[in-house]
Amino acid sequence: MALALASTVSLTGLIGNIIDVEVDISDGLPGYILLGLPDAALNESKDRVRAALVNSGESWPNKKVTVSLSPAWLPKSGSAFDLPIAITLLMAQGQVPKDEVGKCVYLGELALDGQVREVRGVLPAVLAAKKSGFIKALVPFKNYAEAKCVSGIEIIAIESLRDALHYLRNGEVPNFPEQIAISDSDYFLDLCDVAGQVGARKALEIAAIGGHHLLFIGPPGTGKTMLAERIPSILPPLSEESILEVTAIHSIAGTLPDRELLSKLPPFVAPHHTTTAPAMIGGGAHAIRPGATSLAHQGVLFIDEAPECARGVLDSLRQPLESGNVTISRAVGSVTYPARFMLVLAANPCPCGRFSGRGRSCTCTQIAIRRYLQRLSGPLLDRIDIRVFVDSPSRIEMASDELGESSAVVRDRVIAARAIADERFIGSNWKLNSQIPPSELRKRFRAEKMGMNFLHTELDNERLSARGFHKVLRISWSIADSKGHIIPNRDDVESAFRLREGMELLA
Amino acid sequence: MGTKQLIGALGEDFVAKYLVTRNYEILDRNWRIREGEIDLVAISELGVVVFIEVKTRTSVSFGHPLEAITREKAYRLQRLALAWLTVHHKWGFEYRIDAAAVLISKGEKFEIDYRIAVL
Repeated sequence: MALALASTVSLTGLIGNIIDVEVDISDGLPGYILLGLPDAALNESKDRVRAALVNSGESWPNKKVTVSLSPAWLPKSGSAFDLPIAITLLMAQGQVPKDEVGKCVYLGELALDGQVREVRGVLPAVLAAKKSGFIKALVPFKNYAEAKCVSGIEIIAIESLRDALHYLRNGEVPNFPEQIAISDSDYFLDLCDVAGQVGARKALEIAAIGGHHLLFIGPPGTGKTMLAERIPSILPPLSEESILEVTAIHSIAGTLPDRELLSKLPPFVAPHHTTTAPAMIGGGAHAIRPGATSLAHQGVLFIDEAPECARGVLDSLRQPLESGNVTISRAVGSVTYPARFMLVLAANPCPCGRFSGRGRSCTCTQIAIRRYLQRLSGPLLDRIDIRVFVDSPSRIEMASDELGESSAVVRDRVIAARAIADERFIGSNWKLNSQIPPSELRKRFRAEKMGMNFLHTELDNERLSARGFHKVLRISWSIADSKGHIIPNRDDVESAFRLREGMELLA
Repeated sequence: MGTKQLIGALGEDFVAKYLVTRNYEILDRNWRIREGEIDLVAISELGVVVFIEVKTRTSVSFGHPLEAITREKAYRLQRLALAWLTVHHKWGFEYRIDAAAVLISKGEKFEIDYRIAVL
């Protein structure tokens, strides 16, 4: 009887669970039994592992092989178990020195010729291994850069099973690629490309300071999309901690190649308006994958033509907007992904899209116009802080060859304003003006007396709801931060009110 | 007798000799009923009835001989064993099922891989 054990990681959402792979080889008819709730992809591992072993010049035991993945109650999925199973098998046969338990984790899918293929979710898996006290991780070469993001654990990249065995037998580390530095590359979209739109620019800046949600309304071709796409360029770069979190989510979703590894740039995700609720918030039958809301975590979720979106899809955004994460439940279990994003919606003012200015060219009926924006549900609209009407730039603005302010300039102001807010929020468990809880707003974060008077008057006139009251106060803090006021004055509050109502800003 | 049968018979002879040298007594050979055939039946010194499935090959290029015993064939062996015990009035005897792989290589060299209690 021969027995061996090695470790790997299985992911439930972003949480990694250490899995022990045990192999027992005993006499009896040749056969292979895989225990521990494997899914279809994992059950197929037998044939992959066997072919890979034989084609790497190793022997397959013609005995009864029992592979057990523990904890046994946890459903396991995916192909990343191939490599640990193959290595444990060889350990059990005495072909490879046995592992010191709790030292090394193995991740990777095997090709039939013994090459090691990349797998999803390597970053969170390695992170979990490090937290559990492992000191080494063998990962596929293609996932090396991603795994290397985790410091404090030795990463050994392998291209094939032969590489892995070579390392385990002789301690020879395969050739190493260069270490990846955190990418500092500038976003190629810049705010200076946008002609005019002074009001919209100002609104964007305030939204970026406080992390407020935005709604653009305007005819087609006026620059709604152009403005939205440039929001990441004026947001502060992600912190080290956020970079890891964001990269981990993209690693699980398999969208890392689209995104530059370890980018400091906040993600920008723009799902199409025909998207479904599972695509939006995440889902899937076997492994629950993150949706657009989680891919946009720490960044911007932009939905163009929002009224064309299925109502259920938009309403599915309400939970992440409220709590900053989404919980998805399926037969295989329930998974929580972080989803704290800045929501940006864009809408035409009417079905034909030309109802703006005096609305002369619009061909829609009054009722059609009214109904169009009503497709956005009330509870969702209520969560939008800032409304911006975007109109065509004027002749003068278009003719001007002077470029608008560049993103770098705006971003510097946003960073400065956020620094003020950070200082104010020391010791609190929120970071942005948009996240101040209502009770705190009424106690510690009131505006100047004149400003509060203004708000109370609007409240009395029923032009402001209780939720609106709080929203306006939060926006006014962002405006105050942008102007360097210690607390918001009456003008700041009125500007905030106008931003929320989508009115022209005061000079 | 065709070549295949000849090779099979050679293998079974070899296993029978192997068992006799280990103090087994051969009770039956090629016992056949409608459901199938038992290659060898032997009884050990301690009185355990042993049913042996013999697989003989002249090359390993088609995989290990014992891999040819699928789950279904194994269950059939189990049923055949009970049938044999019934027919021979050996109820209550302890029994087990073994498998033997015989490789005949060039020059009439025999190699045996004998596995005890495979079921």
